[in-house]
Amino acid sequence: MTPFCSFLSAAAAGDDDIFPRLVVPVSVIVVLATHLATPMAGNGMKLELSRVINGRSRLGVLKGIGRTGQHSLEVPGCLLYTHLGTVPHLTQDTLHTVSNLPSVTQVTLSNIAEHHEVLEHFKDGFRKFAGLHDTVLYCSLHDPAAPCPTGYTTNKTVSVWGSPGRIELTVAKFMALQKTVQPDWYQSMADGETWQNNTSRKRVQKSVNRTLAHLDECLLVHQNSQELEGVEVFGVVEGGDILEERVRSARETAKRPVAGFCLDGLQTGSMDQDLRNQLTAAVTKELPEDKPRLLQGVGHPDEVLACVEAGVDLFEGFFPFQVTERGCALCFNFDISPDPERAGRAPRAVLELNKEDDAARDTEPNGELDLDQTQTMYFEINLKDKRHQDDFRPLVEGCGCYCCMNHQRAYLHHLLVTNELLAGVLLMIHNTAHYLSFFGAVREALAKDRLDLLKRRVLGKRGGMDTSAKEPRD
Amino acid sequence: MAAHVERGTDSTTSIKNMSLKKSLSAAASLTLQIVAECPVTKARACNLMLPHCAVNTPVFMPVGTQGTMKGITVDQLEGLGCQICLGNTYHLGMRPGSDVIEKANGLHGFMNWKRNILTDSGGFQMVSLVELSEVTEEGVKFKSPYDGKEILLSPEKSISIQNSLGSDIMMQLDDVVSSTMTGPRVEEAMHRSIRWLDRCIAANKNPHKQNLFAIIQGGLNADLRKACLHEMTQRDVPGFAIGGLSGGEEKDDFWQMVTLSTDHLPREKPRYLMGVGYAVDLVVCVALGCDMFDCVFPTRTARFGSALVPWGSLQVKQKQYAKDFRPIDPDCQCPTCKRHSRAYLHALFKSDTAAMHHITIHNIAYQLNLMNSVRQSIVEGRFPEFIQTFMKRMFPSRDQYPSWAVDALASVNITLE
Ligand SMILES: [Zn+2]
Ligand SMILES: [Zn+2]
Repeated sequence: MTPFCSFLSAAAAGDDDIFPRLVVPVSVIVVLATHLATPMAGNGMKLELSRVINGRSRLGVLKGIGRTGQHSLEVPGCLLYTHLGTVPHLTQDTLHTVSNLPSVTQVTLSNIAEHHEVLEHFKDGFRKFAGLHDTVLYCSLHDPAAPCPTGYTTNKTVSVWGSPGRIELTVAKFMALQKTVQPDWYQSMADGETWQNNTSRKRVQKSVNRTLAHLDECLLVHQNSQELEGVEVFGVVEGGDILEERVRSARETAKRPVAGFCLDGLQTGSMDQDLRNQLTAAVTKELPEDKPRLLQGVGHPDEVLACVEAGVDLFEGFFPFQVTERGCALCFNFDISPDPERAGRAPRAVLELNKEDDAARDTEPNGELDLDQTQTMYFEINLKDKRHQDDFRPLVEGCGCYCCMNHQRAYLHHLLVTNELLAGVLLMIHNTAHYLSFFGAVREALAKDRLDLLKRRVLGKRGGMDTSAKEPRD
Repeated sequence: MAAHVERGTDSTTSIKNMSLKKSLSAAASLTLQIVAECPVTKARACNLMLPHCAVNTPVFMPVGTQGTMKGITVDQLEGLGCQICLGNTYHLGMRPGSDVIEKANGLHGFMNWKRNILTDSGGFQMVSLVELSEVTEEGVKFKSPYDGKEILLSPEKSISIQNSLGSDIMMQLDDVVSSTMTGPRVEEAMHRSIRWLDRCIAANKNPHKQNLFAIIQGGLNADLRKACLHEMTQRDVPGFAIGGLSGGEEKDDFWQMVTLSTDHLPREKPRYLMGVGYAVDLVVCVALGCDMFDCVFPTRTARFGSALVPWGSLQVKQKQYAKDFRPIDPDCQCPTCKRHSRAYLHALFKSDTAAMHHITIHNIAYQLNLMNSVRQSIVEGRFPEFIQTFMKRMFPSRDQYPSWAVDALASVNITLE
């Protein structure tokens, strides 16, 4: 495989001026990291792995999370995606029709930053501000489902995009925000603009260095902030598509007193799955076993499965929202029960309909075919399609969600063509429930050695991945 | 002579049988139990028994134009205590069409609403929404905005669609003219509405489970109103609506037409005042003897961030609420007020449509609670006091009371303090 050259020489060749610590000997850095770790000791978060398959896929429970440590989260799993603490389209009543909701809610600084002054006034933290009572709060930088224009990061700042436009964050501003948000976990400030094709090696190195520098600065402020006592920091692994930089970023981040890792710059659309697999596997290999790895920006079921195999524990749960926004319902099959009688309990796929979808899409008059077209058609049904107008079946036969228990495709079709707000509500309920059940199936498959069966179910007739895979740069 | 007597006997018997049958069929689909009548005003509290459940009146009926209540699920609507809501025949007849809804077991099945539904006739939308409509004795002719095809909405067609929708209360097709119009057209419309009522009654395929209401017309002309009332109250319909108002006429004219109508409507049948939903209008018109109301305003205004409160309304999107950490109405028990602050809702309006749902829920709760309080006060014999308290809360001072409301209430023996 690719030889990993020393991160020290790589850093020395890069912009070490902004990251002087990298040129000190390794042993010193280790000591420094240990020293940093001391004041953060005593937190209760613990990852208990019950199985590790092929040395990579991990099944377990993240225990003792949240400030009082009363929550837990099963891995592999996903976080609850929100807009400003609200699952898109849903109120607490409609959200709680979904069972087994993740105990961790994700909010993003791109939503929150513009309300900094309000939160400072409020004083009691974002959770209370948003009327969220019983959840672990994770604060990330960007919204995984919203476009984030590139070209606005500097050595000392990153930018987030909210409703008033761009908001520039320094570490000081970033940490001041965290103090008012008072999350349980937060993603450290990061320069993640290296996902575009052909980003230069120099730029990738710079992003790794900056991200490490941001992390150290964040940690320094963190340790001197009483408001953040008991709050966990997730370090961010960057490195674009350069294996060597990925490994350097992972190794260095792992030396810091972080509670977990965010894998950034690997999101859907930035690279194909094969390349993502290689990079992810190389990164997770460098990360400590006992800390969770959260992969940012990846949500398609097939990608989730591949990334679980590459050692990822957590995903951002934004995919059901994207499906909802295009007027579709998730319908893919993940039933791995060998007992056919159980089939009624787990959602069954609508395979014959998916085939029809192929034909329907070809003739769709306003069919704007996005890049994910070939992938999505196997996972979802498009309810705007006219053939659902007198289809009185639930979205997915056997689905126990509020939408499927109470409504029919014809009604959803009607709500979509008349642009009624209830369409988003009902689709979001179904898609969230379906997606969460899929993660349940992933865990069950890991527990029962049925991952291959699950892959066959989820991928349907698609079989293998794209074969024109790109190699990582080394 | 003998034959005449016989015939007379026969006809008496058959009339008795007919009226017995009628009252039986009426009992099966609609009964009105008067629970209490205000000793001072014309207000009354009733239990309106409809096919899907009992409705406590006075009642505000939220409008779900397209077979959905603006982002609120049927369970949420039921949770708010809503016992009857509206669907629009024109919209639903266009999309998804009555054949689809019929296959879904009516509008109840299509939207999975277990309580009562009232549908309008479609005539009002036709005249107000569709430019190229033409009214003849046959019906309303218009061009479909979807495919440009010419469609005739006749009384028979309107009832046929409403029969497919399966609503608990159907409205007759009436000849709608602007409430500010005067002259012979108003009279023509009134007479035509009477003729169309007879055609609607004849066309109703489900009189045993779908109640057809007549709509009193006559514009702002008291004589025409009276003539219409005189004719329509002779028909055997289970309820009456007061139509042709709330269309931009002077409030002084409005309330006089309302009170004239309730004066001539039978006590034992429900009275529905169409298109009225502002809080002050509701309280005053209950005092004038109306039982049922509907309006798109509370749900429409919610989507623009306007929350209804006992002191008027609160524009959540305004900057002044960005740091206001109180609920919309500290006394409101709705799910929105129990959980969220004005500041959070203000912020959420910039991020997600759920902000609208929160206000919609609050506004429906506000309307339903208002009517519950009105009813409670009637039952407990303190409606006059309720009105005094309500007005004091709604307006900062006595001189801001709208004069029409003062006059209307004076006409039913309430002198505002
Ligand atoms: Zn479902
Ligand atoms: Zn409220």
